[in-house]
Amino acid sequence: MSDVVIGTGEAVVFWVLGPIALVGALGMVLSRNAVHSALWLVNTMLALGVFYVVQEAPFLGAVQIIVYTGAIMILFLFVLMLVGRDSSDSVVETLRGQRVAAIVLGLGFAGLVGAGVARATQDLAVTGLAGVQGGETSNIEAIAGVLFTRYLLAFEVTSALLITAAVGAMVLAHIERDAGTRPTQKELSRARFLTDRPQTLPGPGVYARGNSVAAPALLPDGRLAEDSFATGIEPQEIEQMPRPTGRAELGTPDAALGTLDPAPSDIPGGRDR
Amino acid sequence: MSLTHYLVLAAILFTIGAVGVLVRRNAIVVFMCVELMLNSVNLTLVTFARASGTVDGQVMAFFVMVVAAAEVVVGLAIIMSLFRTRRSASVDDANLLKY
Amino acid sequence: MDTAPADGLIAASWLLIALPLAGAAVLLLGGRRTDRWGHLLGTGTVVAAFALGLLCTLQLDGRRVDVDLFTFVSTGSLDVQAGLLFDPLSAVFVLLITGVGALIHVYSIGYMAHDPRRRRFFAYLNLFVAAMLLLVLGDNFVALYVGWEGVGLASYLLIAFWHERPSAATAAKKAFIMNRVGDVGLALAIFLMFAQLGTVSYDGVFGAVGTLAAGTVTAIGLLLLLGACGKSGQFPLQAWLPDAMEGPTPVSALIHAATMVTAGVYLIARSAPIYDQTPTARAVVLAVGALTLMIGAIAGCAQDDIKKVLAYSTVSQIGYMFLAVGLGPVGYVAGLAHLLTHGFFKAGLFLGAGSVMHAMDDEVDMRRFGGLASRMKVTFVTFGLGYLALIGFPFLSGFYTKDAIIEAAFDRGDGWGYLLGGVAILAAGLTAFYMTRLMLMTFFGRPRWEPGVHPHESPTVMTAPMVLLAVGSVLAGFLLVVAFPLESWLTPVFGEPEEAEHVVAPLVVSVLVTVVMALGVLTAWLFVGRREVPVTAPVRVSPVTRAARRALYADAVNESLFMRPGQWLTRALVFFDNRGVDGAVNGLAATLGGSSSRLGRTQTGFVRSYALSMLGGAVVVAGALLAVTAG
Repeated sequence: MSDVVIGTGEAVVFWVLGPIALVGALGMVLSRNAVHSALWLVNTMLALGVFYVVQEAPFLGAVQIIVYTGAIMILFLFVLMLVGRDSSDSVVETLRGQRVAAIVLGLGFAGLVGAGVARATQDLAVTGLAGVQGGETSNIEAIAGVLFTRYLLAFEVTSALLITAAVGAMVLAHIERDAGTRPTQKELSRARFLTDRPQTLPGPGVYARGNSVAAPALLPDGRLAEDSFATGIEPQEIEQMPRPTGRAELGTPDAALGTLDPAPSDIPGGRDR
Repeated sequence: MSLTHYLVLAAILFTIGAVGVLVRRNAIVVFMCVELMLNSVNLTLVTFARASGTVDGQVMAFFVMVVAAAEVVVGLAIIMSLFRTRRSASVDDANLLKY
Repeated sequence: MDTAPADGLIAASWLLIALPLAGAAVLLLGGRRTDRWGHLLGTGTVVAAFALGLLCTLQLDGRRVDVDLFTFVSTGSLDVQAGLLFDPLSAVFVLLITGVGALIHVYSIGYMAHDPRRRRFFAYLNLFVAAMLLLVLGDNFVALYVGWEGVGLASYLLIAFWHERPSAATAAKKAFIMNRVGDVGLALAIFLMFAQLGTVSYDGVFGAVGTLAAGTVTAIGLLLLLGACGKSGQFPLQAWLPDAMEGPTPVSALIHAATMVTAGVYLIARSAPIYDQTPTARAVVLAVGALTLMIGAIAGCAQDDIKKVLAYSTVSQIGYMFLAVGLGPVGYVAGLAHLLTHGFFKAGLFLGAGSVMHAMDDEVDMRRFGGLASRMKVTFVTFGLGYLALIGFPFLSGFYTKDAIIEAAFDRGDGWGYLLGGVAILAAGLTAFYMTRLMLMTFFGRPRWEPGVHPHESPTVMTAPMVLLAVGSVLAGFLLVVAFPLESWLTPVFGEPEEAEHVVAPLVVSVLVTVVMALGVLTAWLFVGRREVPVTAPVRVSPVTRAARRALYADAVNESLFMRPGQWLTRALVFFDNRGVDGAVNGLAATLGGSSSRLGRTQTGFVRSYALSMLGGAVVVAGALLAVTAG
């Protein structure tokens, strides 16, 4: 078997993408916001996918990007949205010594395993996959050749596992509701009229300058309507129109709204001219 | 530049994932850290496949991905139902299993 | 000693045991349904057994008949055939047991008439008779042992028949435990026989006993003697017998006077071939007999309880029998003859005492009796005849048989013979003293009854057996010694009697005994008959009287030698168990429990803590791997 010399191109790819993968991993662990963590992880996974392609495993690289980055991470984000974004960690560690011990042990582990791997593989001969793929045989064909012969049983068992997981997830996530337990529309409206606020809640952005979810509704006197705060999103202070505070400054609504009426009135609303 | 670099990178990623499991409390983030650890192992498998000249390692990595997918599906479903009952996704809140 | 195969009625001699056993089974299992006729069935089985025994005996004709029944134990080299040996010796015992037993059953019908548990009483009595018959009829030591334990059980059940009385329950336990000491000796003797000879049948053992080492034979003899002492209330195991009088009086008469307590004599007589080989053991038998003879006689002189006097008298009389069988071949017949006559007159005396108690509302203190002769004529006469027979009044049964024993003692010829004879004569005088004291305190003098007591004669069903036994007391000695000599009847068992060289002429002995007896009677009359008997026992008495009242401190000795050290040992063991064993175990458990609860604190329930320890483990493994590969 001939040793495959790793080319400069691959080295460049490694030294560019390796730090990116590391930064992604660290970012995932360190960012307080779970959505940010997910995005950092996507970053790392994409880098790894490129590594797979570089290391003569294009099929796995594709699967990594499509399945992992595409499907699994999206699943994570779905669940995050379902569970709520409010679950960002507090900075305070509740378990005494956990963080310090984890970091010390992590450094120790990384040092030991890294040193061990480096020691064990410094003279590792790289055979390369030229013998089993490339040329006539593609990477996919090579994998299929092994997967459907030697690992056939494992493959079949995996399919069973996937089915089981799918059914299990459905069972776990499913909520059984008996007929009749769900309130009817009549009951809902009746219950609503028994509260202090029969009308609908204000939508975000009502009377505000922007209509994004983050922009809360405004009350007539310009205060923020707390009813309209979106859950999980910090209300954004939206730049508002200047509001007249006295009769003189008030101007007509037409003036305020920039109407076509050229003659401003000093009566609020300009009604009783 | 040799394959050792890949392996050391994988070890470091694995450790970061492990430490993340230990320090993060959001169950979903903990899950992501586990995924990171699985991915670093996959990198190792692919690297060794290349070193040994067979695609067996790649097949292993493929299986790891499949199993990880299944695991994620079930795990997230469990987190969902846990959240439904406890209104929390913190792993520290699920601490009934103790002395 | 050839045995003949069973034929005729003797082949059915197993019925002797089966009849009372069936009676006991029916009465015990039948429950209340049998209450109305239970006593009749119980009496009937024993009477039938007596009739069968009599017919068998008539057919016996001086043979030894072996009735093979079935294989009892067959394991390895131990092969025990359940069989019966019907020979003149067992025939004598069968007749005594069933005859006296039948009379006492009849008596019990009247005595226990008002007891709500009369049926159970008869069941136990039947059980006793069955076990006793097995004891004397078995043709091997294991069968004898089964019967031996059976009579022990029956004795226990009957002493504790009124178990609601603490004293009765305690007495039963005492009897059972002291018997057990003896039973262990008997069991060890049987083990020794089996270990040394490989057989436990009489024929096998007696045939081969000559081949054993002298020490082994002596050991067997002494162990057998220990068993005999336990069952027969001999020194040093005599203390249970007086206490056993807590049982109903018919029980005292049948079991603790006439039959069961003579089982020891039977055992030693039956084992004569063993004792023939070991003069040492025989001398010990002699010593035990002489010692017990005196202890019983002395203790009997100071008792106020009428049944206790009779009980110590029994102890003393069985001492006579031990003395006789300890003398060797010359004494066997004399001892057995005394056993038979004693069975008659002592059973009669006990039945008389029961009749007196019956009349006096179960009062047993003789100081509360007095002047009963005129109120209870039949009882007085029968009791008086029994009394005369016991003290050896000339030509009544005690006279013949006791004299024979004393003669045999003198016939040893050496100094020991004179000593033993002297002791026996002295004891005869003491016997006369305490029995006369009993007679005087009970039947003569001024009545000292408790207020409200109205003595009356017992019903016929009770007096009739007393009359029959009194007749037996009068005639038995003459019949057994002169008319139909027991000696010739027992020849097939003990061999041809050798003509004894009389050291002291029998006439001299008889005169001497009679004179001593008369002296005893006279002394008793001087001390008791002429004075007023105090209702409560005097406190200021001589040390001898005090010792005699306490039965020569037998209970005190037992207590200080066995009970207290046993209690101390128990307490020490309990202390050791609590502090040592339990302490170690509990300490270990507490240590483990404490450390586990402390370890349990590490189970915080936080997944991240667990994961941290997993990572720690992984680090250790990685470090170890690296160390191994790098090193």
